[in-house]
Amino acid sequence: MTNPLNDIVHLDQVTRAYGDLKALDTVSLEVPAGQWLSVVGPSGSGKTTLMNIVGCLDRPTAGRYWLNGTDVTDLNQKALTQVRRNQVGLIFQKFHLIGHLTALENVMVAQYYHSMADAAEALAALERVGLGARAGHLPSQLSGGEQQRVCIARALINRPPLVLADEPTGNLDAANEQIVLEIFDALHAEGTTLIVVTHDAAVAARGDRQVVLGHGRVVDQKVHPRSPAVELAGVAA
Amino acid sequence: MAARNVTSGDNHQVANHTMARRMVLASLTRRRSRVLIAVAAVAIGATALGGLATIAADIPRHLSRELREVGANLVVSPAGDQPGLADTTLQQVDQALAGRQVVAQAAFRYQTVRLANQSYLAAGADLNQVQQAKGYWAVQGEWPAGPGQVLLGTDVAAWAGAEVGQNVTVSLPVGQEGAADEAAPQAVYTVSGIVTAGGAEDEMVVLWADDLAALAGPGPWDVAEYSVASESKDLAAIAQAISQAVPQVQAEPVQRLARSEADVLAMLRTLLALVATLVLALTMIGVSTTMVAVVTERRVEIALRKALGADQAVINREFVTEALVLGLVGGLAGVGLGYAFAWGVGQAVFHRSVQMPWWVALATVAVAIAVTRLGVIVPLRRTAQIDPALQLREE
Repeated sequence: MTNPLNDIVHLDQVTRAYGDLKALDTVSLEVPAGQWLSVVGPSGSGKTTLMNIVGCLDRPTAGRYWLNGTDVTDLNQKALTQVRRNQVGLIFQKFHLIGHLTALENVMVAQYYHSMADAAEALAALERVGLGARAGHLPSQLSGGEQQRVCIARALINRPPLVLADEPTGNLDAANEQIVLEIFDALHAEGTTLIVVTHDAAVAARGDRQVVLGHGRVVDQKVHPRSPAVELAGVAA
Repeated sequence: MAARNVTSGDNHQVANHTMARRMVLASLTRRRSRVLIAVAAVAIGATALGGLATIAADIPRHLSRELREVGANLVVSPAGDQPGLADTTLQQVDQALAGRQVVAQAAFRYQTVRLANQSYLAAGADLNQVQQAKGYWAVQGEWPAGPGQVLLGTDVAAWAGAEVGQNVTVSLPVGQEGAADEAAPQAVYTVSGIVTAGGAEDEMVVLWADDLAALAGPGPWDVAEYSVASESKDLAAIAQAISQAVPQVQAEPVQRLARSEADVLAMLRTLLALVATLVLALTMIGVSTTMVAVVTERRVEIALRKALGADQAVINREFVTEALVLGLVGGLAGVGLGYAFAWGVGQAVFHRSVQMPWWVALATVAVAIAVTRLGVIVPLRRTAQIDPALQLREE
């Protein structure tokens, strides 16, 4: 096992049980800074539960979890919210934009809860994902691909050390999927740590490393050929 | 990627206050159908409350006016051994009543006269004032327009066989009843109208004070009647104040009328208070139900805000702010609609327009805001129970 303080994400024998059902079962996982990790597995394998715990939306019922060097296992809800606000950017399959706010305002909401709303900075984030001209549009006036890019801009606006994406291309056509993946490539090149849950083998292959979940356990993992050498020590189920 | 670095202090607060306002405004202006429902829930309650409060506040004025038409509620007579009420004395009484709403007043001088060989009481007065004070008198014909014209009580007219437009001879009594009065001062008047009042007036001859003075010579007033728009408890104090300010007179409220008015007012106010309480309770339930529906509809949005790092306190603040704005808008709408409601009731029941006191308008808005604030207590508890992990799950 590596030193938990050296990883962005470090799970040690983490279990999340709902009564007798174990959605996650003694999962250990280390993700070093800057790595793009793909998480794959069938429905019900525990992918979303893993993302919820890694994203501090949920807490393990057993085991320990370090996020960016801090043991967050026993933090209360308020402290977890604070950690989430500062450390994690979330990208959703269904985008989850606020319907009555414009694209710009949806990005600014994340700034507002983080620290300070700044329209110019939010606009720059939208321009980065190619939506500067659509900043004043409501989500209902945007295509699925555009909404996902707003969601990405919102996730990145506070420059979190960890970005979690749950099926980010699941609702997109091929063209928009390509745009989103290119954005992820750019983020990865800048050193952002990405954890991407996906059913799509092509998307999963873009990462440095891939873990496969089954019945709440890590059943397989591999390093992709294009990625640099990645330490895999400690990955176990 | 370096973490976002921001300045702190005043700029931080101003930027975030601006963003908070922007979000509330967006929520209220871009979700119009939902907002209209919520505003309507508040406005309906505020309308009923504002309208009822306006009616409750304005009822005494209207009721006093209505009751004043059935007679005076304050009678001033000479005190002790005073021979009568001089004009200067009545002026002092008027001064004592300064600032009060005197709906009508009339001073009377009584004199026994003879007409068609019968003795009757003649009442001399300013008949313009009497017409205003005795709104309940039913006059067949016309009120006397000037000197030389009289009203006969219906019993007098029947006994004398007099009709409207005929002349009658009125004299002072100097002999036995039934005897000729040729030696007594007398005058001929035209009967302009025959009055039915259902009281002593039916056996009176009512004429201008100057005509009576010409017939019987100058003399003081015997009694002055006032219709004061006031509640019974105030009326006793007014009468006492007059008696103290003008020692030559004795002022007394007409107890029967005053008590009836007080009883009616008390009953109406109790009824309105009960209805208002019921309306308030229903409004609170309506607002709460509407806001629960709003929270249910926006649970994914709330979950997202939590996922983005919003504390429960921040979520609460946002919803409370929205609710307070809804309460304010609903309250203002309720003031306008409540005034229209009260105006309609005033026209239908009292045949007069009503006025909404400024404090009723202010209280209506304040209560609407308070009710809305209380109404979001339960919905806020619902927001606290929203689990972002559960609401945002993709599977």
